[in-house]
Amino acid sequence: MKERPETDQSYSAAAEVGALRQRRGRAERWWLALKKAPFSAWFGMVVISAYSIVALFAPWFAPYGEAEIFPTPFAPWDETHRFGTDQIGRDILTRLIYGARNTMGIALVTTLLSFLIGGGLGLVAAINRSWLDQLLSRTVDVLMAIPSLIFALVLLSIFKPSVISLILIIAVLDSTRVFRLTRAVAINVAVMDYVEVARLRGEKLSWVMKNEILPNIMPPLVAEFGLRFSFVFLTIAALSFLGVGIQPPTADWGSMVRDNASLIQFAQYDLKAGITPLLPAAAIALLTVAVNFVVDWFLHKTSGLRDEQ
Amino acid sequence: MHPVLVTIVKRLLLGLVTLFVVSAIIFSSISLLPGDFGEAVLGQAATEDTVAAFREELGLDKPAVTRYFDWVKEVAKGNLGTSFSGRSASGQDRSRSVAGMIAPRLKNTLFLAGITALIAVPLALLLGLTAALYRNSWYDRAVNVTTLTTISMPEFFVAYVLILLLSSLWSVFPSLATVDAGMALGERLNRIALPAITLTLVIVAHMMRMTRAAIINLLASPYIEMARLKGASRSEIILKHALPNAWAPIATVVAFNLAYLVVGVVVVEVVFVYPGIGQLMVDSVSSRDIPVVQACALIFAATYILLNLIADVIGIVTNPRLLHPR
Amino acid sequence: MNDNGKPILQMNNIHIEGYSDERWHPIINGVDLELKRGQVLGLIGESGAGKSTLGLAAMGFARSGCRFTQGQVIFDGVNLLTLKESQRRKLWGTRIAYVAQSAAAAFNPAHRLIEQTIESASRAQIRSEAESRKDAIDLYGSLHLPDPERIGERYPHQVSGGQLQRVMTAMAMSSRPDLIIFDEPTTALDVTTQVEVLAAMREIVDQYNTAAIYITHDLSVVAQMADEIKVLRYGSEVEQAETRTMLHSPKEQYTQSLWSVRSLEKPESRSDDIVLSLKDIDAGYGKTPVLHGINIDLPRGKTVAVVGESGSGKSTAARVVTGLLPQTNGTVMFNGKPLPSALKDRTPDQLQRIQMIYQMADTAMNPRQTVEKIISRPLEFFHNLTGREKEKRLLELLSMIELDESFLDRLPAELSGGQKQRICIARALAAEPDVIICDEVTSALDQIVQEGILKLLLRLQDEFGISYLFITHDIATVRAISDEIVVMYQGKVVEQGLKSQILSPPHPEYTELLLSSVPEMDPDWLTNLLADRGV
Repeated sequence: MKERPETDQSYSAAAEVGALRQRRGRAERWWLALKKAPFSAWFGMVVISAYSIVALFAPWFAPYGEAEIFPTPFAPWDETHRFGTDQIGRDILTRLIYGARNTMGIALVTTLLSFLIGGGLGLVAAINRSWLDQLLSRTVDVLMAIPSLIFALVLLSIFKPSVISLILIIAVLDSTRVFRLTRAVAINVAVMDYVEVARLRGEKLSWVMKNEILPNIMPPLVAEFGLRFSFVFLTIAALSFLGVGIQPPTADWGSMVRDNASLIQFAQYDLKAGITPLLPAAAIALLTVAVNFVVDWFLHKTSGLRDEQ
Repeated sequence: MHPVLVTIVKRLLLGLVTLFVVSAIIFSSISLLPGDFGEAVLGQAATEDTVAAFREELGLDKPAVTRYFDWVKEVAKGNLGTSFSGRSASGQDRSRSVAGMIAPRLKNTLFLAGITALIAVPLALLLGLTAALYRNSWYDRAVNVTTLTTISMPEFFVAYVLILLLSSLWSVFPSLATVDAGMALGERLNRIALPAITLTLVIVAHMMRMTRAAIINLLASPYIEMARLKGASRSEIILKHALPNAWAPIATVVAFNLAYLVVGVVVVEVVFVYPGIGQLMVDSVSSRDIPVVQACALIFAATYILLNLIADVIGIVTNPRLLHPR
Repeated sequence: MNDNGKPILQMNNIHIEGYSDERWHPIINGVDLELKRGQVLGLIGESGAGKSTLGLAAMGFARSGCRFTQGQVIFDGVNLLTLKESQRRKLWGTRIAYVAQSAAAAFNPAHRLIEQTIESASRAQIRSEAESRKDAIDLYGSLHLPDPERIGERYPHQVSGGQLQRVMTAMAMSSRPDLIIFDEPTTALDVTTQVEVLAAMREIVDQYNTAAIYITHDLSVVAQMADEIKVLRYGSEVEQAETRTMLHSPKEQYTQSLWSVRSLEKPESRSDDIVLSLKDIDAGYGKTPVLHGINIDLPRGKTVAVVGESGSGKSTAARVVTGLLPQTNGTVMFNGKPLPSALKDRTPDQLQRIQMIYQMADTAMNPRQTVEKIISRPLEFFHNLTGREKEKRLLELLSMIELDESFLDRLPAELSGGQKQRICIARALAAEPDVIICDEVTSALDQIVQEGILKLLLRLQDEFGISYLFITHDIATVRAISDEIVVMYQGKVVEQGLKSQILSPPHPEYTELLLSSVPEMDPDWLTNLLADRGV
């Protein structure tokens, strides 16, 4: 942001002090906000960090190989298998750790792709506001008239379920919501007088986008990214749970729930066994709860910052 | 014509157009199928003749547009086509009509969704309203954190926790929601208790949060402050000043969440092995029984469109600006 | 004027705090206020003075996020602050009534006007509902509302803003309260409408001998309404005096400076060197025509003020000049050559020579750019300045707008309203334009700040010979800044001429109505005007 040339003549103590005060001021404001963040936000941030570390270093954490099969299916919890084994004898803990990597990784890629498509087109529509906007908006209206899980099921019945088709299908379906939000917030910014000032100056569209519009739509989009991520994550988990998402032998939490669900009937004889299918489900729940807590705080914070102005 | 009628007619037409386009999308999905799917359905051993006959039955020799309008015509008559399953390479056809497969299951799904809505909607509205009224109170914060947690959980997690607690550990309700046509209402309700509670928990959390937001937004209007300054009591403000303006936002919230219920029902039916169309659809996706998938998707989408349509119409007929034009 | 009896309202040492940024800030710091029956007190002050908060406090009401920390509000012998909410509520709408600023927002869209008018009276069972309805119709009549018998059957969105404001006065009056709080009731209205509303409010308050607190930022308005005036600043009282005394000989320096703003007046001068000229311009939005063949000439180095009420097309004319709204007919001549109608067809040179300043400086600056970045961009874009040259020019520009370099690193949110508008002016100057279009640039500012901005604009015109096309609805601003005046009404130019010519009679009919409706700092102005108009 700083464009001041570093020459002795232009140096001014007052300006320097002002600049320092200013810069520290903003960083400080965020640090203060972070310190004042409620317990729920801290909890969320800690959980997200922990998950990310486990996902990144899965092979270091996992006691066994991702698809390694042991002789006893449905083995009970003991020292060799912390959480027992699944229906064909794979170590549950290992599958959980690799599941973090797969499920989160796929959800992250999908969300990024959906923002690339939806965000890009949303910006274009907001700036263009002509037939293209009409076309895109009407298309999105129609696509959103079909519940996305149902639409995903239809498409998955046609394309064979694979990681790639799963990512593409969900990213495209989810991009409709990103499109709507991006378009709406970008239009709110695009009608601002300062955008008009840039247009009156004769600035190129790309300059206006980069300098005037994007910086002002980032906070809602960042928050939306969190929300979309948990939604995508839940959708993929649901599809895998239904058996049409991530396919074996890739470890993922949704299908682990499905595969081990029958154990729940034995809860009264062996509570640990009964809980086993809930572990991956709880892993999913905990992450989405964490993301939602952080987003909730972030939204509160950024809207608060706006109020101060 | 009265502006309200004009707006409603416009909205209805829009809904109809959307339904048509959606049906076209669902229909055209079949043309995305790879060319050899006939063999996939009939099996490797299928002769060329049987495959050709199968393709002819689907009308694949005709142009897509003709096929679409034929399909729409049949759907309008209640004929949703014939299932892919039950066919064999020999050309022997034991397949069933899709409508016949769907009808009893649709009733079951509507029963489950209906019961859930009956509990969830009043409960959520009540919770949302009270949370909005006692904003920032201890109660509000507790409800906020609880619902934020609940909406973050996958339906199947809630479902299995309930099974674990209310079925495996303490046998309060059956874990399998198997129902059949001859079952008495009481027994039926007992069987669907767990799926209904699961759906209720998930829906209530969403709906309550949205209701709260809508009410808070409404209570921030200057005319509400004016009503206070005119001496209106809390109940008068809610009933007389807020409620008449709240129908549209509340209808939107309810419709949105009932539409969400439609999706949630799919997962919950699978968990509890409940014979509804959600489970049928998932089974058909796995077995790639396209006609059934299409029919289910069409029903889900139509419900979704209808719910949004109703919400919009409620918004239109309660809008004083449209009711009393200048 | 009315010295009868004991005070109806007595506020002692009121302290109110508001919650923001996660802590409590003082809003009102120990204000005393006394009001006798039938007396009208004007509360005047700039934005942030706490006048609305004090007005509501007179009802024993604090907005959410605000709280009383000290003081008493004694209404008719009872301290409202120690009453239970339900007891206070019994007084609201019946013995103390409130008239809000924006009538359009303060009426419930779902109910008929008459139902809302009689709501408080019916609740308190002051009279039967039928009588209340009849009474409301009488009130509508005495407030000079058209068709009083039936206007109450309408819904809020079906009547105009000026009418709504009068219906709200009827609503306040319906229970014959002892005290009415008027909170900027005419601020959102056009001047010609304001006159009618002011007259109606004054008449009815007189008629029922109601005590009132009249809150406004407009001195000339309060002069018509109040017996006494209290001046507030930063939540404290500056001074209070009887209206005439206050107008003629304010004691405090702050009050004097408030008063002096109105006296700014630029000596007019004429020129035949026309820099910008609109010739027979037609323009509109979609199929709705707004401008009908308007002609405006802007002489070089002079200011042409375009005046008119909302909907007169004055801002549309500005959009045509900037190229944002291409005209459907006619030409805009600039430096003797026709200007392409669409923005995209204009050359960088043309874009540079016409600049614009907006009413809301808040929305005219990107909240995420520093002052340095905001002013630098035109320097880079139009003049290719970089490095030391740009730095030098930046500092020059800042000194032109009377700010120093410590502002370079600030964000718009860290500036006051006047500073924001100055930065916008610097950004326009950075392009080195021939013409600056000023769209209501002072109307969102407090009067003292307005004066500073107007003086700055005049000085810059002197130094650089810039021409201003100055769009405004405020006649005092017109006097202060213009050489020539264009009067617009319903998309047409009523007349254009030198300031002295336009402001002195004889006037065309609309100009007469417009000029005579502008309140003056004379307590007898409204009385005389009504007498003149034969009301």
